[in-house]
Amino acid sequence: MSTTVILFTILSIGAIASGISLVTRRNPVSAAMSLIVHFFMLAGLYLTLQAQFVAIIQILVYAGAIMVLVIFVIMLLNLGKEENLTEKFSMRTTLALALGGLFVVQFLTAFLGKKTGMNALPEKSMSIGTTEGIGNVLFTQYLFPFEAISLLLLAAIVGSILLAKRKHEAS
Amino acid sequence: MEQDFLLSAPITFLSIMATILMVVDALIKKSSKITFTLSWLTLGITGVLAAWTLKHNGTAFNGMITVGSFGAFFDILFCMGALLTLIAARPYMQRENLEHDEFHSLILFAVSGMMIMAHANSLLILFIGIEIMSVCFYILSGYMRSSVRSVEASLKYFLLGAFATGFLVYGMALIYGATGSFDYNQIFMAAQHELRFPSLMMIGIGLLLIGLSFKAAAFPFHQWAPDVYQGAPTVVTAFMSTAGKIAAFSAFMPIVAIVSPADTEMKIQIILAIISAATMLVGNISALTQTNIKRMLAYSSVAHAGYLMMGLVAISAHHARGVSGILYYLSAYLFMQLGAFVIVSILERSGEKNLEIEDYAGLSKRHPVLAALMTIFMLSLAGIPPFAGFFGKYYLFTAAIESGYTWLTIIAVISSIISVYFYIGLIVKMYFTEPNESGESTQQLPGIASITLAVSAVAVVFLGLMPAGLLDVIKLLFGN
Amino acid sequence: MNLQSIPLEYYLSLSAIMFTIGTVGVLTRRNAIIIFMCIEMMLNAVNLTLVSFSAFMGDSAGQMFVFFVMAVAAAEAAVGLAIVLALFRVKQTVYVDEINIMKW
Repeated sequence: MSTTVILFTILSIGAIASGISLVTRRNPVSAAMSLIVHFFMLAGLYLTLQAQFVAIIQILVYAGAIMVLVIFVIMLLNLGKEENLTEKFSMRTTLALALGGLFVVQFLTAFLGKKTGMNALPEKSMSIGTTEGIGNVLFTQYLFPFEAISLLLLAAIVGSILLAKRKHEAS
Repeated sequence: MEQDFLLSAPITFLSIMATILMVVDALIKKSSKITFTLSWLTLGITGVLAAWTLKHNGTAFNGMITVGSFGAFFDILFCMGALLTLIAARPYMQRENLEHDEFHSLILFAVSGMMIMAHANSLLILFIGIEIMSVCFYILSGYMRSSVRSVEASLKYFLLGAFATGFLVYGMALIYGATGSFDYNQIFMAAQHELRFPSLMMIGIGLLLIGLSFKAAAFPFHQWAPDVYQGAPTVVTAFMSTAGKIAAFSAFMPIVAIVSPADTEMKIQIILAIISAATMLVGNISALTQTNIKRMLAYSSVAHAGYLMMGLVAISAHHARGVSGILYYLSAYLFMQLGAFVIVSILERSGEKNLEIEDYAGLSKRHPVLAALMTIFMLSLAGIPPFAGFFGKYYLFTAAIESGYTWLTIIAVISSIISVYFYIGLIVKMYFTEPNESGESTQQLPGIASITLAVSAVAVVFLGLMPAGLLDVIKLLFGN
Repeated sequence: MNLQSIPLEYYLSLSAIMFTIGTVGVLTRRNAIIIFMCIEMMLNAVNLTLVSFSAFMGDSAGQMFVFFVMAVAAAEAAVGLAIVLALFRVKQTVYVDEINIMKW
């Protein structure tokens, strides 16, 4: 029991801290690094929820694939620091922060105000997060979305090649 | 399983053909003629397949999608929109010196996304459909990648669209938490009987409405529409503002219907009514001051989303007229808005020339046929009888009144009157103003885009003169 | 045998806070790539909500949804970065306030 509490505390503080760091870093590379830390913290949180496969995929896909791509683009464009992080948008920033504060208060009262009474993971949750459990459902019940998502990936591939192509020859 | 594949034939066929088209395009050089033929054939056959499944009503693939009836009706609209766009796009792309090849497969992918949205029977499928469509739109709006404005539009659309997706998915997650399922039927049941966390459900619905309003370009999430519609290539705008909006409403309608039982205090209904009123007022008033015709039409499409949302209010008040009203209005809207944008694309010259309303002065002397067609589309958009737009508005307005929203109808009438000013203004400009000197004098024939114009104009007139035909079909399918 | 755990509401609150941080980031930053990363963080907050509901209800649907969100995030990353590249090529900037039509 106590180990779970300690783990959750560390991971959640880490997740929030790295999140704030992402929003406040001026250098895009350090922002990207904070996001990677954030992803690892989340993977840890998934493990406390018995979602082993999601945790692994989180690291492989997000930290391993997406963030590598992002950092590659940052390096390619050779982006410097943002000189004026907020000055120009002081009004917008205040607005955003006020809105954000409102959001958090709203959510916290909704979530914490009434106890859900869900303090324990049911036994069933042990088996659904494993590779076996996921695979069983994904290729039977979720066949249609599984095929549909391949269309999305295809369209994205075609589109990003098209957009990033250097110049179109006059046909 | 065979039954599943058979009845979902429109989606599967179109998706497979889109993939084949992509391969053909990669393997054969100078393939634009082949891909063009293949894509219009595909869209035609898909439309026929959809018409064939129209009578069926059920679910397929473990209840993930619905087949027939509602979805099939939308399939036909999407195929029609895409077909008309593709035909109109061909001369436009040649003039602007753009390669067409990927264009065809991207349009087909976008249509498959829309069809998945319309057939969705689960929030998961809806999410995937919306994303397929949106990703294709982000790419298509940046299709002229040497034009700064086009790429800027693409980036703006992408950043705001992805931001809205975040809200959409969060809403879906909270609804899942409150009801324990993503399936529409089970959400409906849970909303009727017991909700585990009613407060989560309300927040979830609110976030979902934000996400969907963005896709439908409704107030206050409409700001992207004018900029993106102006920056994107005109034929792409024509497609996005018609088929894209139809797809957004095809997703909106079932969502409003399934969450309405949870709406015991009528909160959602009131919010929808307020959004509707604000959307049409903002859209029409902003359109008044525009000097660019693409921006004017973009704001007018925002206003039309407002009229359509009156139907959603009626649906959430359990009024059946809402459904048939929206379906009729969407069919009419497809042709009138598409026709107007296609005329703009014909008159446009490369380098974003000839896009100001000023440039339309004296159009009746230079292009009498185009001016006459534009007049038909404008009158229909303004809702003047005997064109299709009038009956569309009439059905939606009566649906709103019968659901007890007289104030909303009064606002709708006022904003329609405002809209007459700029629609008629364009007609006056075309017929009663002398052409300015700098006006383009070279005659450029619309080429095969004239097929699109002819079909749209005939449809607008036909739907207006004989609204009963389409309404009978709708009644037959959805039992009033 | 039930596994004792942190109550569900803590997970939900944590993801709400993360979502809000992401939202504030999107609204305040100027660099398109960082805005994009903030959007990724928002999606991750949603994933945490989904996984925790899924685990506490013993239902696999939530975890399945997470996979699809991840696939969508990957597709969006590819397209988004391609758009940023295309913009940089024509305009030599990634700052949204230097883009004419981005004054939202």
